[in-house]
Amino acid sequence: MSGHFLDRFRALFLSVVLIASFALPAFAGTFEDAVAKFANDEFSDTEAAIEAVASSGNPLAFPIISALQEERLSADPESKKVFITQADGKIIDAATGAAVDKLPDNAAPVRLNNRLRRTVEAALGSLTLLSPDPAKRVAAAQSVFKSHDENSLSVVEGALAKETDRAAKQAFTEARAAIILFKSDASDNDKLDAVSVIKSHGDQEALALLTSAGPDQPPLVAQAITGAIASIQSNLAMWSAVQNAWYGLSLGSVLLLAAIGLAITFGVMGVINMAHGEMVMLGAYTTFVVQEVIRSRYPGLFDYSLLIAVPLAFLVAGGIGVLIERSIIRFLYGRPLETLLATWGLSLVLQQAVRTVFGPTNREVGNPSWMSGAFELGQITITYNRLWILCFTLAVFAILLAMLRYTALGLEMRAVTQNRRMAASMGIATSRVDALTFGLGSGIAGIAGVALSQIDNVSPNLGQSYIIDSFMVVVFGGVGNLWGTLVGAFTLGIANKFLEPVAGAVLGKIAILVLIILFIQKRPRGLFALKGRAVEA
Amino acid sequence: MLTQLTHDRATLSRRGWLAAAAGLVLGLASSPFSPAKAADDTIKVGVLHSLSGTMAISETTLKDTILFLIDEQNKKGGVLGKKLEAVVVDPASNWPLFAEKARELITKDKVAVVFGCWTSVSRKSVLPVFKELNNILFYPVQYEGEESERNVFYTGAAPNQQAIPAVDYLMKDEKVKRWVLAGTDYVYPRTTNKILEAYLKSKGVKQEDIMINYTPFGHSDWQTIVADIKKFGSAGKKTAVVSTINGDANVPFYKELGNQGIKATDIPVVAFSVGEEELAGIDTKPLVGHLAAWNYFESIKTPANEKFIKDWQAYTKNPKRVTNDPMEAHYIGFNMWVKAVEKAKSTDPDKVIDALPGIEAPNLTGGVSKMLPNHHITKPVFIGEIKGNGQFDVVWKTPGLVAGDAWSKELEGSKDLIGDWVGKKCGNWNTKTNKCGGQGS
Repeated sequence: MSGHFLDRFRALFLSVVLIASFALPAFAGTFEDAVAKFANDEFSDTEAAIEAVASSGNPLAFPIISALQEERLSADPESKKVFITQADGKIIDAATGAAVDKLPDNAAPVRLNNRLRRTVEAALGSLTLLSPDPAKRVAAAQSVFKSHDENSLSVVEGALAKETDRAAKQAFTEARAAIILFKSDASDNDKLDAVSVIKSHGDQEALALLTSAGPDQPPLVAQAITGAIASIQSNLAMWSAVQNAWYGLSLGSVLLLAAIGLAITFGVMGVINMAHGEMVMLGAYTTFVVQEVIRSRYPGLFDYSLLIAVPLAFLVAGGIGVLIERSIIRFLYGRPLETLLATWGLSLVLQQAVRTVFGPTNREVGNPSWMSGAFELGQITITYNRLWILCFTLAVFAILLAMLRYTALGLEMRAVTQNRRMAASMGIATSRVDALTFGLGSGIAGIAGVALSQIDNVSPNLGQSYIIDSFMVVVFGGVGNLWGTLVGAFTLGIANKFLEPVAGAVLGKIAILVLIILFIQKRPRGLFALKGRAVEA
Repeated sequence: MLTQLTHDRATLSRRGWLAAAAGLVLGLASSPFSPAKAADDTIKVGVLHSLSGTMAISETTLKDTILFLIDEQNKKGGVLGKKLEAVVVDPASNWPLFAEKARELITKDKVAVVFGCWTSVSRKSVLPVFKELNNILFYPVQYEGEESERNVFYTGAAPNQQAIPAVDYLMKDEKVKRWVLAGTDYVYPRTTNKILEAYLKSKGVKQEDIMINYTPFGHSDWQTIVADIKKFGSAGKKTAVVSTINGDANVPFYKELGNQGIKATDIPVVAFSVGEEELAGIDTKPLVGHLAAWNYFESIKTPANEKFIKDWQAYTKNPKRVTNDPMEAHYIGFNMWVKAVEKAKSTDPDKVIDALPGIEAPNLTGGVSKMLPNHHITKPVFIGEIKGNGQFDVVWKTPGLVAGDAWSKELEGSKDLIGDWVGKKCGNWNTKTNKCGGQGS
């Protein structure tokens, strides 16, 4: 919360106090005693202090409680003095508001637990109901909606009468309805109105509210509540199908991202590349290194860290890919079993190398602000990281496709994989193309690592968890066909997400594997089999 | 069985060069710790923790811990006037390899005691070896209970020292009425959840208020499950998640929780396998308030703990290196073994096994833990809330130390069993029939 806002807030505070003091018992005179309770380091005392301070009407109440929420409130257990560290670094005495030079040595932040955090949220909600910022009013009204604290009713009604902002008005109406639903002496008609307002809110929170209001209501109201619950539930059931589809797309995009690189090295070149997962892991560690450098040198660039990491990860993983092809794989073309063993050994070497350099524990890769959080679309929650990964995957896929189709290198790659001898006799340096193709596949795996570092562990084992899935996608989609990989990944993702709620995560995964085995029996070449002479070659 | 094994080993040694070459190629040869020549003036201590593979993430720290403790003990003059010498092997997260390496430690390196294992399946895999060759294993990790063996000393928490107190806390302090038991699909979460389910039902929780969910190892797509938890939590009753989700799967789980906006004030998650080490890989700000139950937290302020952390960070030359619960378990176990050896005036396993029950050693949280006749120890239980800096803030603790139960009182079939290696010389004594034997024999 900015200091600027605090200033504006103080100007408005008196009016809050005036309204609040009608509804709440005053604790004048004991304010300092109440504040001193924060210093006892007992959760029950802290709770009593929060309630006393919040209802005191003292202008310091809001700064104290918001400082408490943000861990800026400290207390000295010996002198029982409590201090606020303001956003600008200045320190004031919480009981008097007087400026203080510095915190005493043994002052420690006042501790909270979950119960107290809820109390704090509710208290802040009722204190910020009249904030000048509409977004803050909405947030405050929503926290009243959750806590449905009867004491806030008069403030909510007062605010509602004056409210001009549409969103805030809606939020206040709903908050008022929630309070009335739980108010024991409200009339049946008021309660019925409240039920219909909450019903139109329509999400899981409304459902929770209605369900918990269920018992000991007058019969008419109870009936309305049952009806409202049923209608919300059927609405939510419809949305849950949409939600499954979205989750499926999101899982499919992760599968696709992990598999595209393999679709090149295994699909196009035919190398059974067990070290593919480790290329993904190298990409993730590149992201980690980039973020470490940014954190220590250029903290302002943190939000761009992923953009910087993408080309670097491509170069690192691609470079190592070329090295592997030149030093190991080129001697093993046409010997799939030996390739499998060699690349598997290589994957262990790479894992252990990373473990030695970076240590065996997880490394923290932060999410830039645009990758964190979620937004609501109807009744489903869409998280930004999943959404960006879906977009990113499709972009990588499109670029790769365009590259194979329209560039000289792409043409050479296709020529070499379709008919090596013919390509060689046309003057294409096949071994150079082999190295570049393998490098390309590895580089794309590295890029995948950048994205996967946002949703998974960055540990030496990162690659292992994707290798099986990647092979599954490529084989299912049809070896040698990029479009097959795309369709395969999304089919598997969506099938998995529709099975999971029914069968559970473990059985769901087994069911998918069984389905793939059956499918491969029927169509050994996958969904989109290559046809023509290229297959026989 | 034994002859066959010896035969196998002979064949192996003939192909030794091949194995060695393969080992080199695969990068598995961990040479820095190869056993030194046997010297009579040292006591050898086996360290059986995975340094590669999936479990390396957790177990490497425990290897370092034992090396650190041995180093400290040697500075104090060793044990019985002899220096301690660590023999480190790498079972590579491979369960059969655990048994093989345990055999190697005992027969080839002649260690006096072994500190090791993390997963229950690795412990089960080495059990027959320790019984057959009569040696001692100190097992430092919280586990599902239902076991008491003569050769094993369990210094981690039994379910009644972690899971049950955590559920009690949520019930009393957070007034939780609805429970999600989420775990990784293997023996520890399954047994713990069975115990918890029976316990919750005994407290009057109805079947429809319990949701049990298992996921595969390393599960990374938590969208559906987190959405299910959200839905389950919207029934108007206070809901909490009891998580026995293991290791690597936790980071994506917590990230998804944070991103879908499930805050600890709405639906708290209490975890039994998430400690300071696991949190080191995540930004914990969205997780503030989620809980963990352990017998030790790094943030606990006692002189012993502060000294331990300082020495540990100096030893590892890393001022940011965190400490965690299984490390404390090794600390207690190691000191108990040292005391038992001094009491028995010998490192002979039989004498040390007899000396261990009743031995007391200070833990790092200000109490004194005691080895019980069932080979479990007494420990305090703490509930900590995750803070923004990746540490835990203790919000609740048991009034005293809790004695570890080898056999759960909640489960049919094990509620009459006790482990008693002092009086009854039996790991599964049935108090109803007064006979040795029963489940688990």
